[in-house]
Amino acid sequence: MAVSQHAGTPAPSTQRVPLVELRNIRVSFGGVRAVEGVSMDLYPGEVVGVVGGNGAGKTTLMRTLSGARPPDGGQIFVNGQPVSIANPRDAKALGIETIYQTLALADNLDAPANCFLGRELMGGGSLNDSAMESETRKVIGRLNPNFKNFKTPVLRLSGGQRQAVAIARAIQFNAKVLIMDEPTAALGPAETSQVHNLVRQLKSEGIGIFLVSHDIHDVFDLSERISVMYHGRLVGTVNKNDVTTDEVLGMIILGKPPTKLTSQELAELHG
Amino acid sequence: MSVSAPGNATTEGTQPAAPRSFGDSVSAAFSPITDRLRVLEVDTRMLGMLGALVIIWVGFNILSGGTFLSPRNLWNLSVQSASIAIMATGMVLIIVSRNIDLSVGSMLGFLGYTMAMIQAVWIPNDLGFGHEQPWIWIITLILGIALGFFVGGLQGFVVAYAGVPSFIVTLGGLLVWRGLIFRYAQGQTIAPMESTFQMLGGGTVGTRVGALGEWPSWILGIVLSVAIVYLQISSRRRRRKYGFPVRPLWAEGLVGAVSCGIVLGVVLVANNYPLPVNVAIAYAEEHGITVPPGGLFIPTGVAFPVLIMLIVTLVVTFLATRRRFGRYVYAIGGNPDAASLAGINVRRTIMLTFALMGSLAAISAAVQTARLNAAVTNLGVQNELDVISAAVIGGTSFSGGIGTVPGAILGAVVMQSLRSGMVLLLVDSPTQDIVVGIVLVVAVGLDTLVRRRSR
Repeated sequence: MAVSQHAGTPAPSTQRVPLVELRNIRVSFGGVRAVEGVSMDLYPGEVVGVVGGNGAGKTTLMRTLSGARPPDGGQIFVNGQPVSIANPRDAKALGIETIYQTLALADNLDAPANCFLGRELMGGGSLNDSAMESETRKVIGRLNPNFKNFKTPVLRLSGGQRQAVAIARAIQFNAKVLIMDEPTAALGPAETSQVHNLVRQLKSEGIGIFLVSHDIHDVFDLSERISVMYHGRLVGTVNKNDVTTDEVLGMIILGKPPTKLTSQELAELHG
Repeated sequence: MSVSAPGNATTEGTQPAAPRSFGDSVSAAFSPITDRLRVLEVDTRMLGMLGALVIIWVGFNILSGGTFLSPRNLWNLSVQSASIAIMATGMVLIIVSRNIDLSVGSMLGFLGYTMAMIQAVWIPNDLGFGHEQPWIWIITLILGIALGFFVGGLQGFVVAYAGVPSFIVTLGGLLVWRGLIFRYAQGQTIAPMESTFQMLGGGTVGTRVGALGEWPSWILGIVLSVAIVYLQISSRRRRRKYGFPVRPLWAEGLVGAVSCGIVLGVVLVANNYPLPVNVAIAYAEEHGITVPPGGLFIPTGVAFPVLIMLIVTLVVTFLATRRRFGRYVYAIGGNPDAASLAGINVRRTIMLTFALMGSLAAISAAVQTARLNAAVTNLGVQNELDVISAAVIGGTSFSGGIGTVPGAILGAVVMQSLRSGMVLLLVDSPTQDIVVGIVLVVAVGLDTLVRRRSR
């Protein structure tokens, strides 16, 4: 790796144990190497932006952490302990929650059923739907006070409301680590700012967040550090305050760390 | 089912789109009604089916000159619907999870044959206990259900863990289970069934009748009505406790009254069907009752197959709506990826739906062999088509995630009503098939149109 883990000013966390550490993660699909030896870390109360072009391997890397696709090589540490995450249940047991780009909602079920899917509250040998609805009302109320349709299948909800359900599911269970994959891609400006507020609030509660995004402005707004991926490799992790958006764009598009970018290449980026 | 109408539903405020198709126009025309129904929180699809059933019943009653709605015909209709309805409850869960089971008819035949062998050959002859032991029927039934669970689960295992499409696995099953019947008896009929076992079919043996009789039927009706009201009250209490909106009292009362009315109506009809004359006379002699000059009227009551169907419906509905298993089945049908990302064990859940289907096929097999008092080689032939039709007419969608157990029961009753009515009108069997086939396609077509509009 060309750039050290904490280029420039020390990250807020030099002495602390990272909440999550991905070490040398590899993932292949058949002969295609989607992720090749990528390492990243995340500290409590920190947002790390994970950026890169299409097919850079951002989502694939995050899926190893959320248990959707176990890695073919490398190690994952949570609070300094090596862990094995074979499926989504393992990840959730470690407090790692994911908001998938596709939202991963069961369209035919209502919001409470989706929020508690796989972790239903039971009472007297049967599902306690009222308790689940009550909890869901509380959490979604935090995100979107206008949300009223707790009994309709999420299929009939708007994009923003569906997003709220997916986010509510992730934060319902005292997550320690949150993976947000393109959380604002489908949202309008008002809903996007709600999500931004939520990210800041969660951060202040000490949750670590991996924010996967195409939107460089989102990432600059919200993250402390930015990890750039290019064709399955990590270009580098930079401290937000040490770089310009142009330099990060250069990393994304050309796959080179800022120190190796020539002024000519930077100029070309601007066309 | 919510058909979107101006001024309701989403906070975004749905645009009342201009009607674009037939389905649009149909649902647009009904939207003021559906608004009011929403207050009742009643499934409008279910209501539509009930309406269709009423039309079918009244129509056949007029055409048959009042025979169709006689207690005798309705009692028989209920018994004939039972074995298909029992299996349809399981088929709903299979189809909801985006699978299909084509093997139920053959499984039923195989399981029915096995149960016949157990009670008519293996226990009496091979084990030497003789016929007519009082425990034979229950042992037979338990072994049959267990074997059904295993056989269905085996198919489910291949579907879920080996990844072979369920259409193929159960198509294979259709051939295999039917073929295995011939291993037992080279195509011979196995008879007779043990006399208590025969009661499961709703028939009569001497003075014993496969039905509850008058007072137990009323008690059943009253117990169910009390249970309905109790569930309504406790659900209201729970919602109040959490501060959720509850439906208006008049709506609650109406729903409760209609539900209890249906239950007590069924009991009333069953109790208006008298025992056959010779059975009644034998019964009277046995109990020292003098036969009055006008003949003896002994109510038959709710038939055992119907009672079994009722229990199965309650159990499967509970599994489907109140247990994790059912929630997962629906989640898998709605979005299999989401289900597995949520940490659900998708494979195990799928396997269990097939195992449940096998157990239900065993129960239906018991009812059918008991009713026939024999196991014949074509037992259950084409039952898979009736069962799938019942589930689909009852609102189960092949795209997955949608379908209800009570809907499937209603679907089975609709199917059987059509057949039974046409028999009364002396319609020949091929014509019956043509009508049922057309009704199946039209019913699903209409449903699809309305559903598309409501998306």
